[in-house]
Amino acid sequence: MSSDKAALNKEQVAKIAHLARIKVPEQELDHLAGELNKILGWVEMLDEVDTAGVEPMTSVAAQTLRRRADVVTDGGYPDKIVKNAPDAAETFFSVPKVVE
Amino acid sequence: MTELTNLTIAEALDGLRKKDFSAVELTRAYIHAVENSRCLNAYTVETPEIALRQAEASDARYAKGEGRPMDGLPIGVKDLFCTEGVDSTAGSRILTGFKPPYESTVTAKLFADGAVMLGKLNMDEFAMGSANITSHYGPVISPWSKGIKTQRDAHTSNGGLLDELADAFRQPQPVTEWEWERKLVPGGSSGGSAAAVAARAAIAATGTDTGGSIRQPASFVGIVGFKPTYGRCSRWGIVAFASSLDQAGPMTRTVRDSAIMLKSMCGFDPKDSTSVDMPVPDFEAALTGDIRGLRVGIPKEYRVEGMPAEIERVWQQGIDWLKAAGAVPVEISLPHTKYALPTYYIVAPAECSSNLARYDGVRFGLRVEGKDLKEMYENTRAEGFGAEVRRRIMIGTYVLSAGYYDAYYLKAQKVRARIAEDFAKAYEQCDVILTPTAPSTAFAIGEKMDDPIAMYLNDVFTVPASLAGLPGVSVPAGLAADGLPLGLQLLGRPFDEETLFRVAGVLEQAAGPQPLPPFLG
Repeated sequence: MSSDKAALNKEQVAKIAHLARIKVPEQELDHLAGELNKILGWVEMLDEVDTAGVEPMTSVAAQTLRRRADVVTDGGYPDKIVKNAPDAAETFFSVPKVVE
Repeated sequence: MTELTNLTIAEALDGLRKKDFSAVELTRAYIHAVENSRCLNAYTVETPEIALRQAEASDARYAKGEGRPMDGLPIGVKDLFCTEGVDSTAGSRILTGFKPPYESTVTAKLFADGAVMLGKLNMDEFAMGSANITSHYGPVISPWSKGIKTQRDAHTSNGGLLDELADAFRQPQPVTEWEWERKLVPGGSSGGSAAAVAARAAIAATGTDTGGSIRQPASFVGIVGFKPTYGRCSRWGIVAFASSLDQAGPMTRTVRDSAIMLKSMCGFDPKDSTSVDMPVPDFEAALTGDIRGLRVGIPKEYRVEGMPAEIERVWQQGIDWLKAAGAVPVEISLPHTKYALPTYYIVAPAECSSNLARYDGVRFGLRVEGKDLKEMYENTRAEGFGAEVRRRIMIGTYVLSAGYYDAYYLKAQKVRARIAEDFAKAYEQCDVILTPTAPSTAFAIGEKMDDPIAMYLNDVFTVPASLAGLPGVSVPAGLAADGLPLGLQLLGRPFDEETLFRVAGVLEQAAGPQPLPPFLG
């Protein structure tokens, strides 16, 4: 196991959960660390592959990303946009207070 | 009327054009079949009113002699496709009640070609799974499961005097129920699509394939599942899982039906930046039955250790069938095959962690309050996502995080390039590749569930082509000794769906008529 891939501990799993914005109860952290370590341990077999000089594959399509003119082609229906919002105030999405 | 649901797409179109029956009659037969198959949990939403309205419009077009390519055909739609005004949940609690104000490009094209929507089909949550056991709406039961069929009256009397009186004048409403001996999975993630098509509760269905989610369930239930080349079908309006892999495709009972349906599903879409601007061939015309001289690649690395002898046997059978039709088997090598699954389980979670960031309780779907905004996000996502989705988001978050990006994500992208290169080299020696679709027949609900890696192995034969963006199809190839279907997979060159259809047609012909699942027995 290379030095930059040490097994995840409880604190690191809590940190990842926080970065992913998913609440994980304290008592589940150990179990989750076990699962994640198993998967990460398994994918480590990729280290066997010689990838020196290989360009990372970012897309399967052999085409450059298309561009279009920077013009408005759609819109003008705020009611439709907020229709599925769990809490909409008029045509705004509302969230808990973020400023003091 | 039930025999109408046994028709293939090609036969049904023929009958509709000749006015042997109407689209409304066909649709009614299917609405009835959908009701009768509720015990399979294949549909999450039934839309009989929409179906009948579309069928009436279809009949009006036939009356004027203006039938369209899919006119009057009742299909099911995987719940990953956004359908305007109809719940689109991706099998997740976090999207409960979400009614898109827009229609996905693929379903819009199908409806423009006259297709009729029976409802939305169950699936693994956000298409993450190979068994349809991660859905918030419960597992789908394969129509190949063994059980005892019983009939009961849908009406339950309260026993009061008035009820008794009413009962005396009431027509009994028989409901078919099953007592399952062993509940088998239909495969996944397009498990509802597979089960509905196999159980004759839809003439065809849309599926999506990220790592094998069309081909593997097709193999498990004995139908045809076709994943076209990445870029053929627009991904616009399909709930994104792993954007560089996701691709829609048809799930049908025959190869010809797949050809007809795929033509309606694909085509250039300016709304998807990865959609390919190429003419759509007449796939049906490719079904010539002539494969003489065609070179069929047999990858030696697919003979994996511990593979059941039966899978070997059916694979050999496939080789023999193609040989008998004049094709030439060629041994090829895809040396990086064993690295495909681990590569996939870095690339797909990385893309999913990014794509699923939009589910935060603000713009749509579930919201679970918290003391501040951050806690609201964390609570919403903890309660809205199931265990497998949470696990993959966290793996993805980790492999993309500073300090680990190069070691995991960049490395996986490089190995992915190697895998694609393997295929490019192989296609210098052969025109098409033949492999088994899945390493086993369907297993029971409850099996393999505690070990994520054992579950991931279901996709061992389908994932490599997904990483390379290649087209693939699973064709039913008979039953294994356990009485369950087995599929053979054909993989093609990019945008060479026509050769795939041609060879798939020959395989289908050689395999002969396929037995019906016990559910229909």
